[in-house]
Amino acid sequence: MSTLTQQELVLGLFEAAPATFLSLRQLGKESFYAQGMPALKSEEYKFTPIAKKLESCLTDFSPAKPVKISADQVKSAVFAGFEGVVLVFSNGQYLPELSNSTEGLTVNLLSKTENTPLGSIAKADKDPFTALNQATFTDGLHVSIDNKKVIESPILLLQFHQARGGQVISPRIWIEAGDFSKATFIDYQVSLDDAPYFVNKVVEIKGGVHANITYHSLQEESNQVIEVSNVVTDIQQDSQFTSTQITLSGDMVRNNLTLNLLGSNSVGNMYGLYLLKGKTHVDNHTNVDHTIPHAESNELYKGILADQSRGVFNGKIFVRQIAQKTNAFQQNNNILLSDDAIINTKPQLEIWADDVKCSHGCTVGQLDEEALFYLQARGIDKITARGLLLYAFAGEVLDKIEEDSLRNYIVNQIQKRLGSNF
Amino acid sequence: MLSIKNLHASIEGTPILRGINLEVKAGEVHAIMGPNGSGKSTLASVLAGREEYEVTEGEVLFQGKELLALSPEDRAREGVFLAFQYPIEIPGVSTTNFLRTALNQVREYRGQEPLDAVKFLSLMKEKMALVEIDQKLLSRSLNEGFSGGEKKRNEIFQMAMLNPVLSILDETDSGLDIDALRIVSNGVNKLKSDTTATIVVTHYQRLLDYIVPDFVHVLYKGRIVKSGTKELALELEEKGYDWIKEEVDSTATV
Repeated sequence: MSTLTQQELVLGLFEAAPATFLSLRQLGKESFYAQGMPALKSEEYKFTPIAKKLESCLTDFSPAKPVKISADQVKSAVFAGFEGVVLVFSNGQYLPELSNSTEGLTVNLLSKTENTPLGSIAKADKDPFTALNQATFTDGLHVSIDNKKVIESPILLLQFHQARGGQVISPRIWIEAGDFSKATFIDYQVSLDDAPYFVNKVVEIKGGVHANITYHSLQEESNQVIEVSNVVTDIQQDSQFTSTQITLSGDMVRNNLTLNLLGSNSVGNMYGLYLLKGKTHVDNHTNVDHTIPHAESNELYKGILADQSRGVFNGKIFVRQIAQKTNAFQQNNNILLSDDAIINTKPQLEIWADDVKCSHGCTVGQLDEEALFYLQARGIDKITARGLLLYAFAGEVLDKIEEDSLRNYIVNQIQKRLGSNF
Repeated sequence: MLSIKNLHASIEGTPILRGINLEVKAGEVHAIMGPNGSGKSTLASVLAGREEYEVTEGEVLFQGKELLALSPEDRAREGVFLAFQYPIEIPGVSTTNFLRTALNQVREYRGQEPLDAVKFLSLMKEKMALVEIDQKLLSRSLNEGFSGGEKKRNEIFQMAMLNPVLSILDETDSGLDIDALRIVSNGVNKLKSDTTATIVVTHYQRLLDYIVPDFVHVLYKGRIVKSGTKELALELEEKGYDWIKEEVDSTATV
């Protein structure tokens, strides 16, 4: 248990911030103080008492230094059958010696690139943790894809995390996809041990026109990990952006995903799956902003919650007055496997245009007993039958993952759990 | 093979079955008929192990074993098959995948080697022909979007794959047109043997033209009130159930 107050908590972080991006950091700091840590009653963090969690779990609120990563560790973390680019990070710091690249892809440390408009997509005043990251991140990566470049093989952002006594890891990534480009990213976070730490991540994605970007995120960290992730993307005309957010573990995880549809005929897809057990708490907040006519957003988040786990889903769809002919669909389905598991689910539609198609729905239920009996009546034992049904439920989201190596890996991890004691 | 003695069962405290006695021997086909609400489907469900029903009295012996003491999956593995009146749709689970899991669990229970993919597929092809079911249908999600006839054919297909000792067909004729009825019945007839038995639960005599029963039992108010041969079914078709109801109700009041 920490004796630090929330204000004191962050002081060490501010003091340790490197002497780069000085004005950006100053703005971040001011913005953080203007917002403060989310209070218990704060609407945006209502069901996720993150400040309290940080206060009680972190003893050393200082930036975690990168730890040594070996080539073998990279090799064993990469999914079987994966063929593509691997960009390796240790506690948020990019490790070029363990990474590779491909034609049309350029990566650079943020500190070595000039004029990256950090904070212009993930705005510090929108979220206190974005502000905190902006003020205190150590360095990060600038990833860009050339115009007209189609990179068929996926780009794995392999993030190793390990810290002592609950230090802070602040990854910062800027992705820029050129006009008519195509790329698939896999953001994969791995804990090297069970020690607690806090990840405060910000990813900004700037898409060009007619770009096709996929961003998969797999969170499979230790059950001591507290995380806030902010992924914000600008989507231009005739472009498509697809996100899949898979969360399998953690202590308290908050994912903020924001899609800004800025050009007509753009499509934003948001898919998510959370499989929670123990006391894991996962909160997915998505926000799609339809700013122009003729754009489409599709959203499907599914959750299976066991034990005393807790899930939160908040899906905001904002359709501005000029965004006529918007198509926006949202669905959140949950299965609770125990009496003690909790899900708070909230669609939040704000529609100012009058010629749109928007739908939303959420369900919370138990496993279908009729279906379970049907499978048992054919000779399948109850545990396997339950696994089949849960897997089928999750499958709808997993089917959205086109990258085979990633999907197979997740399927494997999930089946290990569904077959036995979840 | 199957011996039901004084079986009582209730759901949420309401008695549905009130003393069923029935003996089924290998090679026999028994038809259970009766008006709506007489307990026909309850009997089928209780035999298959549906949990909502509470057995309050009586016993069921299946090949010498206490059937009611077994879990639904173990009943299936022992060779009891229930063709559902309303087959369940399970999105995301293909019939093929589900059946392979089921068949291999049944085989494991019976001490047989699991079937590999090749052997499983060739067995499937053989049994598909029996009920004239298309492979495309089987690679789709289990029963999802199937027509009534397709669902019932899928039930009989599963029965053929699992090769049960005792098949219980619960209103398998409901929702079938005449062609589907013929196909489904043909499938059932081809699966009959001297070592297996079939219980056909039905409201109408129509199905019994195709699956000819050795015995016909009429269920009313949770009891078998009349037993006979296939002629009884024809009589019921002609005269309806009222005369039986009257007969039973008048004796009851005496």
